[in-house]
Amino acid sequence: MNKLDIVNKLASDLGLNQKIAKIAVDTIIDSIKKAIIEGERVEIRGFGSFTVRNYKGYKGRNPKTGEVVEVNPKRLPYFKVGKELKDMIWKG
Amino acid sequence: MTKIEIVANLYEKLGYSKRDCANIVDTFFQIIKDTLAKDENVKISGFGNFIIKTKKERRGRNPQTGEEIKISERKVLNFRLSQVFKEEINSKK
Repeated sequence: MNKLDIVNKLASDLGLNQKIAKIAVDTIIDSIKKAIIEGERVEIRGFGSFTVRNYKGYKGRNPKTGEVVEVNPKRLPYFKVGKELKDMIWKG
Repeated sequence: MTKIEIVANLYEKLGYSKRDCANIVDTFFQIIKDTLAKDENVKISGFGNFIIKTKKERRGRNPQTGEEIKISERKVLNFRLSQVFKEEINSKK
């Protein structure tokens, strides 16, 4: 399932027109993205939570060439599955 | 941030009632949850992919007692960040 499928399903489930459903999906995703970019934790009950983790820079190697490369510090979001969703997946 | 702020953003954007906006946000997450529950992956371009992985049965140990136990086959959910989003997060200074 991709974003377009979600838009279509949202539109048919709630009787919204396609355009509104697309704006809704984009707004929800953008809200979450913005919070993550700001380094804020996002928690959706029953679904899961996103936290931003900071990683230090380090010297790595290109596994193909063996060349030493500098890996810059980075921030990456980590997703933790919520209990309800975990149970849903578990039980199928 | 929680669902309340997402609902508020949607309310600003669409001008629908708070109640309708809350319903849209709930349905959005419900659609994703129902899809994943059916073992189908969810791909959101510019954000990331939610991928179901099946982990095979394996042998483990109870770390407290050292007793060997069988860990049954299980399904886990992985979130794979989109490359585009990864760059957006790290380009912000």
